This record gives sequence, structure tokens and C-alpha cells, in this order.
Amino acid sequence: MSSAVLISIAMTVVGAATPILLAALGELVVEKSGVLNLGLEGMMLIGAVTAFAVTYSTGSAPLGLIAAMAASAAASMIFGFLTLTLTANQVATGLALTIFGIGLSSLIGQGFVGRTVDALHRTFPAALAEHPVWRLIFGHSPLVYISLVMTALVAWFLTRSRAGLILRAIGESDEAAHSIGYSVIGVRYLAVAFGGAMAGLGGSYYSLVLTPMWADRLTAGRGWIALALVVFASWRPLRLLAGAYLFGAVMTFELHAKAAGVSFLAPEFLAMLPYLATIVVLTVISVAPAGGRLAAPACLGKPFRATG
Amino acid sequence: MGQEGHPPRLALEGITKRFPGVLANDEVSFAVAPGEIHALLGENGAGKSTLVKIIYGVLHADEGRILWDGRPVEIPNPKAARRLGIGMVFQHFSLFEAMTVLENIALGIDEKVGWRELQERVVRILEAYDLPLDPRREVHTLSVGERQRIEIVRALLQKPRLLIMDEPTSVLTPQEVERLFDTLRQLASEGCSILYISHKLHEIKALCDTATILRGGRVVGTCDPKAESARSMAEMMIGGALRDVSRRRGGEFGQDRLNVVRLSAPGEGPFGVPLKEISLNVRAGEIVGIAGVAGNGQNELLAALAGEMEGAEHGAIFLNGKACIAANVGERRREGMCSVPEERYGHGAVPGISLSDNAVLTARYRMGLTGQGFIRYAAAEDFARNVIETFGVRTTGPKATAGSLSGGNLQKFIMGREILQKPDILVVSQPTWGVDAGAAAAIHQALLDLAAAGSAILLISQDLDELLALCDRIAVINGGRLSQMMEVEGISIERVGLLMGGMHGENESPPGGGARERRNAA
Repeated sequence: MSSAVLISIAMTVVGAATPILLAALGELVVEKSGVLNLGLEGMMLIGAVTAFAVTYSTGSAPLGLIAAMAASAAASMIFGFLTLTLTANQVATGLALTIFGIGLSSLIGQGFVGRTVDALHRTFPAALAEHPVWRLIFGHSPLVYISLVMTALVAWFLTRSRAGLILRAIGESDEAAHSIGYSVIGVRYLAVAFGGAMAGLGGSYYSLVLTPMWADRLTAGRGWIALALVVFASWRPLRLLAGAYLFGAVMTFELHAKAAGVSFLAPEFLAMLPYLATIVVLTVISVAPAGGRLAAPACLGKPFRATG
Repeated sequence: MGQEGHPPRLALEGITKRFPGVLANDEVSFAVAPGEIHALLGENGAGKSTLVKIIYGVLHADEGRILWDGRPVEIPNPKAARRLGIGMVFQHFSLFEAMTVLENIALGIDEKVGWRELQERVVRILEAYDLPLDPRREVHTLSVGERQRIEIVRALLQKPRLLIMDEPTSVLTPQEVERLFDTLRQLASEGCSILYISHKLHEIKALCDTATILRGGRVVGTCDPKAESARSMAEMMIGGALRDVSRRRGGEFGQDRLNVVRLSAPGEGPFGVPLKEISLNVRAGEIVGIAGVAGNGQNELLAALAGEMEGAEHGAIFLNGKACIAANVGERRREGMCSVPEERYGHGAVPGISLSDNAVLTARYRMGLTGQGFIRYAAAEDFARNVIETFGVRTTGPKATAGSLSGGNLQKFIMGREILQKPDILVVSQPTWGVDAGAAAAIHQALLDLAAAGSAILLISQDLDELLALCDRIAVINGGRLSQMMEVEGISIERVGLLMGGMHGENESPPGGGARERRNAA
């Protein structure tokens, strides 16, 4: 294979990895605070359609991104109100949020199906961005660089900052954190809102960069892969980065295998690969005695009611 | 030791707190002088915890006021309490298992301090009070005594002028208790007041200068514990004459009812302790005690004996000479072994269903509460009513849900449910944990009566006093290993304490046991 092909493959891997990395980073912070939000797919779709609609109407992609983050964060607040304030079941509420997001994005997107916007492709000047070799580093959408910076930021926040320590403590033992005097519900609201905003950012990558047009169910279940990725990374941001690129590579394999005319595997099987990998990863981690489950925040998915 | 001319460090005046349906604190007033170790004594439900939560700002009083150094103060939240100089060591530690000691301490203090400076200050306190603790260890690898030290260091970092200790010794070995008392005395001598909450009378006699006794939310007396007898304080606490537990001594024991040979089992949950080759026997008419600090394999032992491990255990268990390692919970019950786990809500009983349905859950075979696939409701209700009457369970009747009962009452019901089945073998874990003195005495008497009637009882408990009062032989569990059996007659408390702390002599297994292995030797 020529180096040009390799570079082109690497570029597609980055494209496949970035949105799930963004969404998974947000979910990681949410889960570290002890909340399981299964509504990732729905929030990504809401973000995707909002980014597209706002960018299409105003012509400004940054405005579209901000609107996407706000819209998804707002959607996550529905989840937050139900699960944190009303202590509804997090799994059921998260699934409902996904279904809601799919429906809402279809409704909003009705008038936009098939339209296109100027893709948010480039960060750097064309000389660098379209250079046959240097495009590997400089030729990406701003969202790619944002996702890398956010990985570092989240890693620093969780391990080094005092606020991150409090967030982890709340995910470890909400009762203990409450008795010391931390606002468990308040911190979880902030985490859920952050998770929503990041999911919105991840979703907008599909509608502003990858396609860049609107189609129903544009994210095609990638939200579920992002969810699995958090478990796969055993709640560590740097492993999450590695995992996202690994999954990105699996997803890309399908495209390149088809292009290269691999015929011994049915294309349907190839399309199934990322999801199959998700199931395998989740199974292996739940069976493994120590590795995965030990790292899970102890209060993950448990509702908290303040008493005395 | 109130110094003349100084206002009390803390004074409560007419504190009243109502919860729906209960008056938790009723016009409570008392004062703690600077440097005084003041005991707050009372049974469960006497209102001690509510009162302490009011002082620490977790709850707010409906009436009355709090004076700090003679001035009335408002304490809206724990942060405000800490600003005043009130420190608190909780009964159930507010610690984070998966984090290091230092991270836990950082979470418990309000000022922003750099990691290095915090570590230096922690080490200084550890040295000043001679507290052995490694700040870099993760909490789940620590013994209970070490965990308590984290809470103490956390409180001491704020330079408290009043330290509240809520039932601090309930989970400590005798040696750890001594060490804790030394620390508290040193603190008091430096002028820090201590509010010591407990129902253990001999500890209060050994440690405290003054005791305020609460009953039913009211102050019923204040005394100098060193001048009172334990009995007189206990009677003030329960408001009546203390019932003596009558015990026959050194009777004749019959055949082995329960025989366990080299039983091993995996730990439960991520921080569980695996059992390692446990062997023991219990004869008819005998009570055998398993002492040990919580989290050393007690839960696993109960689960393995009761049949809850579903085949994960190895070794041999004989009930009345019959091998039953492969039998499940129901089959073991039918063979004559009943069990009472430590956790009442959700393990010993289902909180959301009625007492008579809860009776069906464990007594259906032995008491014939089911037949042809149906529940015999009348029989179940009669049995539940029998338990309630025989054991004096305070409830509205067999139809009340288990969750509506207080911890002590539910425990009486669960114990009664098993004892009235007349099991050949009864395995009990922590039968009187969190139970008031009156109910505890009733439970103890019931266990002794059951043994006198020829049953074999295995009693797993952290309460050494309880074990010494009831048992014929005792062994200590530590890190999933069982020590040699010791006759209770002439037993050395010091030796038991050392075994609880993990000093086996021959194999040096550190306290805290299996969960404690360091990940790397570096």
C-alpha cells in the first residue's frame, strides 16, 4: 500500500473516532459522578440536527456548535430533573431520552433532509491542510483538535483538580460525600449538563463535518458505541482516547475493505463489525473479575435521596 | 473538668426536634466544658444521633438554641460547624473506598491546600498523636481501625475545639480501643472538648468525665460515670430494671451437629475477603463464637454455610453428619440448618412485604406454610403472630410490612422466625448489631434457651462482650482464616484482641486480610 493510501486511511480513522471520543468524554464525566445516562444517542442526534439547522440558517458553524451544545445540554437537563430531582430510574429514563432524541431530531430535521452546508473541514491554511503528508496533522476539522484538548482537560480535571476529586468522591460514595457537606445533586446536575454538551458536540461532527448534510438517524447508533467505550476504557480518559481510535479503525475497516474488494466477507458482516466489537468488549469486561468492574464508580446508576 | 470563669465550650438549651410522628429530641439541655470528655449515653432511638446531627449542622432544631463559648450561634450546615471548630468522626465512616488516604483527607477539609503541604501536615499530626497510617494507601486496603484514624486526622486538621465521636469503638479490637482512648485523652489535655456517644458503659466509665443520659429524646440524668456503676447507668438508660441473662455453665454437649472441614470460598464483591480452609465443629447444646473485625470474611462465612454461594465454595460441610456442600439454601434448611444474616433489610427480610410473607420465605418447609404449590395464608399468619407474641415484637400485626419495623424489632422478628423453627443448627451473624439493650437481652436469652434445648449455634459477632457472655468456645476470623478454637473459660482477652488484629504468630497476615495485598511490591 502506498503512503498516500495509508494517510487517507488514517484520516478516515480520525473522522470515525472523533465524534465518539467527544460524546464518550462527556459520558465519562457523568458516570464518574455516579450517574448512568443511556441517552447519549438521543443527545447526539439532537446536537447533530441543531448544529445543522443553525449553521444552515445563519451560515455560521461556530454558532451552530454552540447551539448544538446548548440544545443537548437542555435535553440532558430533562434527564437530570427526572433522575436526580425526582429519583426516577436512570436506565429507563436514559432509554426514553434516546427515543425522544431520535423523534425530536427527525421532526426538526424534516425540512432539512438532503440539504448541505459548508463543511467545517479546515482549521489551518490550505498550504498545510492540503499538503499530502502534513494534512495528517494539520488537515482536520477544529472539532478534532477540540476533542484532543478536551481529553487532556478531562484527564487533568479528574486526577489533579480539587473539583474533580469531589466529583469522583460523589460517584464513589454519595452518602459519605453528603455527610461531609458536598452537594451531591448539584454536582451531578453539572456533570449531566457537561455530558449533554459534549454529546451535542459529538453529534454535530456528523452533520457539519462528516456528511455534511442532514439525514434521519444520522448518528446510526454511534452513541451506543460511545457508551461501551467508557466501560472499555475503564473510566480513564487516556484509555478512552486509545479506545476511540481503535473503534474508529474497526469502523473504517468496513469502508476500506469494501473499496479494496474484499469479497470473502459479506458487506453486511463488515458493517456489523463495530457493534459486534462493542458486544464483545462489554461481555469480556463484565466477565473479567477484577480489571473492569473494580474501576466502575461504586454509586454508578444508584439514585440518591438526601436523608438527615 | 470545667474551669471556673470560662463559659462552657458548647451548651444546648431546650433543643427540640420533631419528625413526622416522633419527637426525636424534647427540650434537651446540657453543657460541655473546655477540655471535658462528655458522654452522651442512650439506647438506639433515644435521640443521640439526631442531637449530634443538629450540633454538626446536618439537621436543624425546631426549638431551642446552641451556645458556643457562651454566645448563641446558628449552625446551618456542616461547613459552618467546622468553621466554629466542631469536628466529627462518624459511626459509619464517610470514606471513599477506591481513593487514597490523602485524597480522603483532602475531601474532608474546607481550605484549599496543596498536595505537598497537606501531606506534610497529615504526617505531622500522625506523628504528634502517634497514629500509624500510610497516607498513600487506598482505603479499601485498610483495617477498620486505620479507617477511623483517617476520620480522626481529618477532624484534627481543622484544629477542632470540640470533637464529636459517634459510637467510635463498635468495630475496633480491644487494642485499637485503648489506642483511641490514649489519643482522646491527649486531645482533651490540650483543651479540646470531646462529645463521646456510646452505649458501652465500661468504656464511658474508663474515659469520660461527665455523662448525659438520654431516653426517648429527653435528658433523664447527668452523672459522673466514674462514681456510678455500669448497672445503675444502664437502668437509667433503659428506664427500668435490667434483665439478667441466665446462663448455664459448662454443660454436657452432644454429638457434632455442624462440621466444617477445610472450607474455602471466593470473596463477595470487589472488596470481599476469600475464605481460606476454615475448619470448625459445633456440638448439640453448644454455642460457638466467631470473633473478628468487620470485613474479615464474616459475610462470606455466613453465605458459604447458609448455602448462598451456589457451589462456589470448596471443602466439606456436614449437617448432623450428612454432607451438604452441594445443597442449596432450601435443602440446608430442610436438613435443619437455619441462618440469620447481618443485614436485616433486604437480606434477612424483604422490607416491602408483610411479616407473614417474610415468615413464609424461610419457614415454609419446616413449618409447613406451603402445600401443593400454594401458600397456606392462615398458617403463615398464625406462625408470624406466634413469633410476634413470643418475642415481644412491637408492630401492628402479621400484615405490617417488614420495612415498617425499627431495626431492633425486625431483628427480634427474624431471630424469632428462625428460633421457633427449632433448628438443629442456627448460624447467626451480628444478632444484636444496632439493637437496644432490652431487645439485645431478649435475643441473648432466646439463643441460650435454644442451645439449652439441644441446638448447635454458631454466633458470628464483632461484639466481644456478647461472645464472652454467650459462647462456650470462640475462634477469631482474620483475613478469611480462622484461628484455633479457644475455651471461653479462662480465655485471654489480650490474645483474642491480637488475633483480631491479625497477629497469628506463625503466618504473618496483616489486619484487613485478603483485600490488603499491595498491587506491586515497590
